[in-house]
This record gives sequence, C-alpha cells and structure tokens, in this order.
Amino acid sequence: MSKNDLDKRIVTGPDGKQFEVDPMQDYFCQERPKVHEPSANKIWEKFLNWARAESLWILGYGTGCGAIEMRPLMTPRFDAFRYGIQWRPTPRQSNVIVIGGYMSVKTLKRVIRSYEQMQGPKYVVALGSCTINGGMYWDSYNTINRLDKYLPVDVYITGCMPRPEALLAGFEELKKIIKKGKGEGQNLYAKNFDEYKANQKQIIKNWDMPDYNW
Amino acid sequence: MKALIKRLKQKFNISDPMYQRDNEVFITVKKEDAVSFITHMNKVEGFTHLVLLTAVDWLEDGKFQLTYLLNNNMEKMDVGVQVFLDREQAEMESIHHLWKQAPTYQRELKEMFGIDFPGSPRIDEPFILEGWQEIPPYRRDFDTKAYTEETYFPRPGRKTHDPAEYMKQKLYPEE
Amino acid sequence: MGFEPIKILYAIISLFIIFNVGMLLNGITRKIGARVGRRHGIRFYQPYIDLVKNYALRSNISHGIMFYLGPVFRLTGGIGVYLFIPVIYGSQYFSNFSFAGDMVLVLYFIFFGLLGMALGAGESGHPYSALGVGRGLAQVTAAEIPLVIAFLGVAMQYQSLSITEIVGMQQGGIMNWTMMTNPLITIVALIAFLGTMMRSPFDIVLAPQEIPIGPPTEFHSTFLGVLQTNRAIFPMAKTVLFVNLFFGGATNWGILILKAFILYMVSVVVGTVFPRFRVDQSIRWFYKYVLILGVIALIATTFMFK
Repeated sequence: MSKNDLDKRIVTGPDGKQFEVDPMQDYFCQERPKVHEPSANKIWEKFLNWARAESLWILGYGTGCGAIEMRPLMTPRFDAFRYGIQWRPTPRQSNVIVIGGYMSVKTLKRVIRSYEQMQGPKYVVALGSCTINGGMYWDSYNTINRLDKYLPVDVYITGCMPRPEALLAGFEELKKIIKKGKGEGQNLYAKNFDEYKANQKQIIKNWDMPDYNW
Repeated sequence: MKALIKRLKQKFNISDPMYQRDNEVFITVKKEDAVSFITHMNKVEGFTHLVLLTAVDWLEDGKFQLTYLLNNNMEKMDVGVQVFLDREQAEMESIHHLWKQAPTYQRELKEMFGIDFPGSPRIDEPFILEGWQEIPPYRRDFDTKAYTEETYFPRPGRKTHDPAEYMKQKLYPEE
Repeated sequence: MGFEPIKILYAIISLFIIFNVGMLLNGITRKIGARVGRRHGIRFYQPYIDLVKNYALRSNISHGIMFYLGPVFRLTGGIGVYLFIPVIYGSQYFSNFSFAGDMVLVLYFIFFGLLGMALGAGESGHPYSALGVGRGLAQVTAAEIPLVIAFLGVAMQYQSLSITEIVGMQQGGIMNWTMMTNPLITIVALIAFLGTMMRSPFDIVLAPQEIPIGPPTEFHSTFLGVLQTNRAIFPMAKTVLFVNLFFGGATNWGILILKAFILYMVSVVVGTVFPRFRVDQSIRWFYKYVLILGVIALIATTFMFK
C-alpha cells in the first residue's frame, strides 16, 4: 500500500455524489480486541481443549532462520502429521504462529498484522535464542531483543537453531499447556493491549495500520 | 593486464595500480573523471559486468571510498575502481544509464551510508529499514550497541561461565 | 407415493451414516497417501478432531450477510443432492425422497452449492478468493458437459428419469449394469466424475501451491466447519449417485459402501498419479475431446437402444 492510499481524499460515488473519505477511519474497524473467557462448564472445556491440542494448525509463514527447521517436519523422516499438526496458508484459518529466530523491525510489523488476524484461542511458539534475549544479534540496530514485550508467547524452544526433534518436543509441551487450560495468550493480549501496543509503536516508526487489525 | 594499464595511463590520469592477483587490479581515480573512466572501461575495453559497488568509511581521514568492481568475461580480468569522496558532502554521479542493477546498489548506499546519487531512479525509497530516523547506520560514528540498549529492551542477566573470567574474579576480587 | 413424516427420521439417519462414511474415507485416503510415501501419516480419525476444533473457536469475523450465507448454501447443495438419491434399492427405509424425475433435480443441486459459495467468497473481498472463484466456476461449467451427456445417455437408454427405476433395471447380475451394456457412456461419466471431484488433474481451484487455498481463503472457525462438513457429504453423495446410475446400485449398506469405496479410490489413484491441468488447458480438453466422445456415445446409444 503506497502512502497515497491512506490520505484523505474526495471520492465520487456511483450516483455522482462526492464525499470525503478518510481511509484509516472508514475502511478499517476501530474496535479494541475483546477478552473471550473459556466456557463455564469444566468438562466441556476440557474436551474442547483436548480437541484444540490434538489438531494444531500452523500458519505457513517462515520468519527468519527458524523456517528451515520447520520444513523437515513435513518430510517422512520427522513427520509432524502424526501429531495432528498441519500447515495452513492463511492466518484466518490457523491457530499457531511459529516465530523462527530473529525478528527484524520490518518483519515484526507483518507478524503483528498476521497475528491479529488469527481467530480463536491462538498460540505463539518462539524458536531460538534470538527471541529470548537477542541471541547472536543482540547488539544489532534492526532486530528486537525480547519477543514477549510485543506478543504474548506460550512456549520458547531454545537452541540456535533447535533441531527438528527439539521442535517436536516443543509442540508436545505446547499440547500439555493447552490441555491444562493455560493457553490463554489471546486474553492476555487483550487485557494488556495498551502496553503491547505502546511497545510496538515505539519501535515501528512508520505505523500505517489501524490499531488492531481485525 | 600490463598492456591494459599502459593504455589507460595514456588516456586518463590514474594512480599506480595495486595488484591483488595476476588478473585483479585496483586503481584509484579522481571523482571528476570516475564516470567517464567507467564508461570507457564498459564500452571500449570490454568490462561489461558490474560485479558490485560498495563503500568504505575512513572516519579518521574524513573520506568515503567507493569501489566499483568491473569484470571482463572474455579475458577473465577484474578491475576495481576506487573513488574517494568527501565525508561531509557525500555525493557522486550516478551510473544507472550503464547497468540496470546500479540503482539498487545506489539505493542501498544512500540508506546505509548517506551517499547521495542525484538522478538515480527510486533513490529515496527505503531499502531495508523502514521509518529510520537516526544517522545512516553503517557509518562508523553510529554506536549500535548503545542504540540497542536504549530502544530494544535487553534482558538483564547475561552471565558468563568463562573459566578465565572466573579465575580472574577469584584471584583479583577488587578489580 | 405419499409422504410420511417418519421418512424424515430415516433420511436423517442415512445422512448421518453417509457423513461418517465420508469423514472416515477422507482420513483413510490421507493415511494411504502417507503410507505410500513411507511415513506414518495422519490419524484416520483426524477429520473429526479438526471439525470439533473449528466449531470450538471462540471468535469469528463476518464480512456481511452473503459471507455468512455462502457456506450455508454450499451445505444446502450437498445435503440437497443426497436427499433425493435413493440410497438402498428396494428398502422402504432408506430411499430418501426420491420421486419420478429426480435426476434433473439432482443436476440442479450439484451446481447450486458452488454458486452460493462463489457469492460468499466474493463478499469476503480477498483477491485470492475472487481469483479462485473465477477459476472454479469456469472449470465446473466445463466439467458439466460430460455430466449432462452421461445423464442424457442413461435417460435415453432406460427411457425414464427416475433413479429408482434405473437402478431397478440394472438388477440381476453384473451383465445388466450400465457399465457392461453401454460402456461408452460409462467412460464419459467417469470423466465427469473425475472432473467434479476436486482432485488432480482438476484441482487447480483449491491448489495450495498456486493460490493460497482459493475460495475458502477468508472462511474460518464456524464457517470453515460448515464447509468441512459439506466436504464430507457432497463427494459421497455424488459417488452414491454414480454407483446407482452406472454400477448397479446396492441392496444393502455393505455392498453400497464397498462400491462407493472402489469408485472413490479410482479418483484418488488418478489424482496421485497425474499432475494438474491449468484452467485453460482443462476447459480446452473438455470442450474438444470429451465433447466429441460424448456425442459419439450419445449417437451410439440411440442406435443400440432404439
């Protein structure tokens, strides 16, 4: 989207009338994210958590060097499909986003956009030591140091890069967390929305998105 | 190679060549003659491939050094053309009419070093950094460690388990 | 034939059975594909878990009323096709709502679901959805040619438009099946079957390497759950229809499931072996070769069964 698309402009409607349009206000929804509480019935919620854990749909977006460790999971040698993990191409249909490795400021803007478009209970898995404390790129001017100041992370998988077996172990850990009922990253994000947004806007200086990308 | 250098010395005012290998040589040219020299190498001498265009920051001398690496595929020869620019007014003529990949190199140099190439297409678009407001980051007076500690929240508690550090701590505790 | 309300209960029971058969066939197909590729593969009951998870998502985004109705139309098309096919011949419980002339109604319902889905995907506003919808409609329109020719041929051969009568005339041994008495029409019908099953070589609409998923790009949580339910019912309904028209129908559930499985596996095997056609290639193929073959088959039918 070029800069000109987001300016206010005069548009002619189909019936010839002219009116002014402000794209940031009119074309995007301005509401804040909501907190979705788990359902009150404990046994039903346990069953639903079991179903959510056994069928994890990952967004097929390889950010950084972790992507090369995610690809062997689709091959016959490591075979993540027997754990119920499948890859989906769009953020609307996926539940897990895997942040692989270092995050530059440019990628962070796109990842935030994808994360906010995901629905339902959503989980973030962070690979590598660059997401924990900056890792190898701790003194670089373009990469972030701590991921959980910008997104709520559920599982960290350590390593530089972790091997595919380590990734599978990390997914097992994520399943245990979900089955216990602790996979509430979405609600954490909605409750502390202002703090996360302030952190994000501090480093992303050309913010041309709405506050929350529905 | 020696015949080529002799021919070039007759036409242009170039410095003594520095031989890196038998078929690779670096020549320093003044800023005013640089573009005509490169055009001559491209059209007449057969150096039709621009391998790269980079810059070096000589902070102590107050200069930028641009290096154009040209390659002659027929005779398998490499010539590096070095041009010195003033660090305060970093500007150079653009060579985008000779090669189609030159504008991308020039865009990167403008963003990372601050060297301007007036007339190059798309020179002002950001290359990698979006919304960058400090000085161009590849300059040597940009302290990236201080910038990181101030902008991105570093996690405290980076401990070291280096045995030399441990023994130093134990034997000389007051330092 | 009169209408008894108890038939609704039997129709719901047979719909439930076909839904389970469809889900299990989906899972078993993926398992076979995985085993052929020398890996353990996904669990065969995984489609159930995916369905429960999709219905259990806590939030969803709607783009308007047509976006909401798109999957509803698709599911209506799927169930509608199924409800008018007599599943078990000769059984008073499981012949659904078939009546004289139901073959034409079934043809209408096959196309109705895709139209509703196209409207819903268009409302979502995603450019990939629009691309996928354009391709899908073009391809299905081309694939309907052999379908209609096959149905016409069968109707001319048996002089009736009621599926129950057509099944009845095929009873009494394998030599009475349409496959044996009129092989040309069966070949045209099999090509039509491959064309509408959304597998290779005709799966450009949903191909994930071409455009991310195509029409269902914006559909998520409950909407996607409805679409997945339809994906279990609709192919099974078409398979049962083809079994009834061309392969002799069935007199009990066991034979029906066996024949449906074999026919479904034919499309899976073809899908594994052949690469994908582009849209213009497949339309050209349907309009050239299949049309000529279909016209020859129709002329042969009129001469064979005067």
